[in-house]
Amino acid sequence: MKEETSNNSRRKFLKSVGLTVGAAGVVSGFSLLGAAKAVAQEPGETVNLLTQDGQLVQVDKNQLRPTVSEPLTELQKRGREGIAGKSFVMVIDLSKCRNARKCMDACQNHHQLRPDQHHINVLQMQDAEHTAPYFMPKPCQHCDNPPCTKVCPVDATFKRQDGIVLIDNERCIGCRFCIAACPYSARIFQWTEPKDAEKYKDLTYNIEANVPQKKGTISKCLFSADRLRENKLPSCVSSCPNGVYYFGDQNEDAVTNGTTHETVRFSQLIEENAGYTLLPELGTKPRVYYLPPKNRAFEFNGDLLNEENLH
Amino acid sequence: MNDLPKQKETTLSFEKIKEDILRPMQNHKGLELWIAFLITVISVCAWAYYVQLRDGLGVTGMRDYVSWGLYIANFVFFVAVSLVGMLISSILGLLRIEWITPISRIAEIIAVAFVAVAGLVIIMDMGRPDRVVNVLIHGRFQSPILWDITVVTTYLVISVLLLILPMIPDLAICKNELKKTSPVLKKLYNILSFGYINTPSQHKHLHKMIRTLMVIIVPVGLAIHTVTSWLFAATLRNGWDTTIFGPYFVAGAFVAGSAALVVAMYFFRVSYKLQDYITDLQFDKMGKLMVAVCLVYLYFNLNEFLVPGYKMKTGDDIHLKELFTGHWAIMFWSSQLLGNIIPVMLLVTKKFRKPLPLMIISLFILAGAWIKRYVIVIPTLLHPHLPIQNVPDNFVHYYPSAIEISVTVLSFALALLIITVLSKIFPIVPICETADNNGIDYKIDA
Ligand code: SF4
Ligand code: SF4
Repeated sequence: MKEETSNNSRRKFLKSVGLTVGAAGVVSGFSLLGAAKAVAQEPGETVNLLTQDGQLVQVDKNQLRPTVSEPLTELQKRGREGIAGKSFVMVIDLSKCRNARKCMDACQNHHQLRPDQHHINVLQMQDAEHTAPYFMPKPCQHCDNPPCTKVCPVDATFKRQDGIVLIDNERCIGCRFCIAACPYSARIFQWTEPKDAEKYKDLTYNIEANVPQKKGTISKCLFSADRLRENKLPSCVSSCPNGVYYFGDQNEDAVTNGTTHETVRFSQLIEENAGYTLLPELGTKPRVYYLPPKNRAFEFNGDLLNEENLH
Repeated sequence: MNDLPKQKETTLSFEKIKEDILRPMQNHKGLELWIAFLITVISVCAWAYYVQLRDGLGVTGMRDYVSWGLYIANFVFFVAVSLVGMLISSILGLLRIEWITPISRIAEIIAVAFVAVAGLVIIMDMGRPDRVVNVLIHGRFQSPILWDITVVTTYLVISVLLLILPMIPDLAICKNELKKTSPVLKKLYNILSFGYINTPSQHKHLHKMIRTLMVIIVPVGLAIHTVTSWLFAATLRNGWDTTIFGPYFVAGAFVAGSAALVVAMYFFRVSYKLQDYITDLQFDKMGKLMVAVCLVYLYFNLNEFLVPGYKMKTGDDIHLKELFTGHWAIMFWSSQLLGNIIPVMLLVTKKFRKPLPLMIISLFILAGAWIKRYVIVIPTLLHPHLPIQNVPDNFVHYYPSAIEISVTVLSFALALLIITVLSKIFPIVPICETADNNGIDYKIDA
């Protein structure tokens, strides 16, 4: 496994090793420096490694090869290109959202965020004084005319061929122009050292999940681009208990519900339920569609008047 | 009103001009104390910046919603003030207006100092200043930031040239006269005077170059502040999404820049005892100029606030209500009244265009101009299209932190230090041009 470790298995592998004594050795063993040192070691010296199926094996240190520098450029490259032939869309059914916030938790977990950092945020909305209030999950809209990527001076945030807008936190200079430009307030900034920075400091940066997070750079919803590559649904979509989210490929005209796993026609879903996008007058052309909160599956339990609930 | 200073000027001789202008450069105890003070302030505040570098921008009051704060307001202010160089020495210079001669160099020095520090302020605002070269490696022309960096640098270069070129004859004089200065300065004068001895052909070439630069700097100066305004106007936010931001910013810059110039003029006049050169005439004219630019600015303000205020579109209404009567009302109205309306009303009277009253009014205008920048940047960020929810309390308000204030003080002290040092090593009033203007003949030895 050490030779042709794909990045995914390596990450899982690192996770499974956890905090055992071997971990430090393995991590540094895989880091460029560690490996370079290892090559210089006497032959015959071995290290203990845990395989994916849970077996402990001994490997000659000289056989360890650095896998870090290559995959970084490789990850960056494929992260920038995107998945060919796809055109991802999300549909959010507002009639089903009851503010369970499982999507927020799953997202924060997946992207190593603090509890107050939101790639996706469930907002309590009321459109006009006498209209019915509702809950509205709001991820990045992955605009087709994205104001954020236009203003970035270094191309650190960009749109890929499959419609996802990503961030390269290895390149971002932290000017925060994209925050100013995003009308959906979808972006967050790492004002201080990110959560668990120490713990993940040896992890290779994966642009598709934007982890590990980096101080002084931007982060935002990525449609879990790393999970899409493995044919999984985004974290928020899979973790919603109430069937709020549909996610899929516009080219196939099919979206799948994250809770019921039912696949439906995207165009039909939008048409029958009068789907819409947020702030269409701004011309940003979002890829996130909303179904209006009609025939709701629950009582609105929020309190728009109570400021306490809003923060 | 013109004959009073004229009478005085007839008593000037070239020797006296030289003597008056070079004196403060050689021996000025107060100036050295002032420099020491500035350096102390800068060192203390540099520590604040170090803390920010170490711990991240989280030590500031900025958060995900107000992600641009004091620093960007400062940046806009610095760029605005620096435009005075273009206004005075280029536009008025090209119009061959003579009364600007004694103050044109002060204007250029202010321009150089403020635009240089503006560049630094942008870097101080960056989350990853260590990656600033990325802008060169991966720079993209779609981004107004790149245009901004380009024009700020261009403006700085041209302003430096516009400071040095007209000074060449004076530096040739410095080289000959200032025998006791340090060897470093002597060398500097030697190099920068380029062997100028005021032959007719040298004179002609030099003036051709200067005039060319004066023409070039006008579009660059317009560009720098227009592009700065586009940092805001290119976004879709209420309060920034307007088409007149470019000219609006330029007009505001002329107001702020003129005020800064008047304050500096007053200081140099008193401290360097240059009453014979920076006369009441200059203050009087500057006062009139300020009325003119303030009126233009007022007109833009009317357009900027009255038109959306009339319609009260969704989104704009919250923003405007907060400005007019809400949380920002005190700052908004004080910037409009102190920085614009009241000064215009006062400055139409001659007695307020005397040095001291004009200087005091200018201080208010400067303060108003700074507050105005603050009110442009922050309230808009606090009123996004979608509500601010589920975030900690300090995301919903913005108060600059002590670190931010220290770094701000740092940038101001730095600008003042640059001005002070430049005015210490260079003659602050053009010697040869003053002589030229008074029809006094002079020779420069090789
Ligand atoms: S929602 Fe904001 S961050 Fe996302 S693509 Fe649109 S502008 Fe960019
Ligand atoms: S903060 Fe980073 S991603 Fe955003 S515009 Fe600046 S460089 Fe680009």
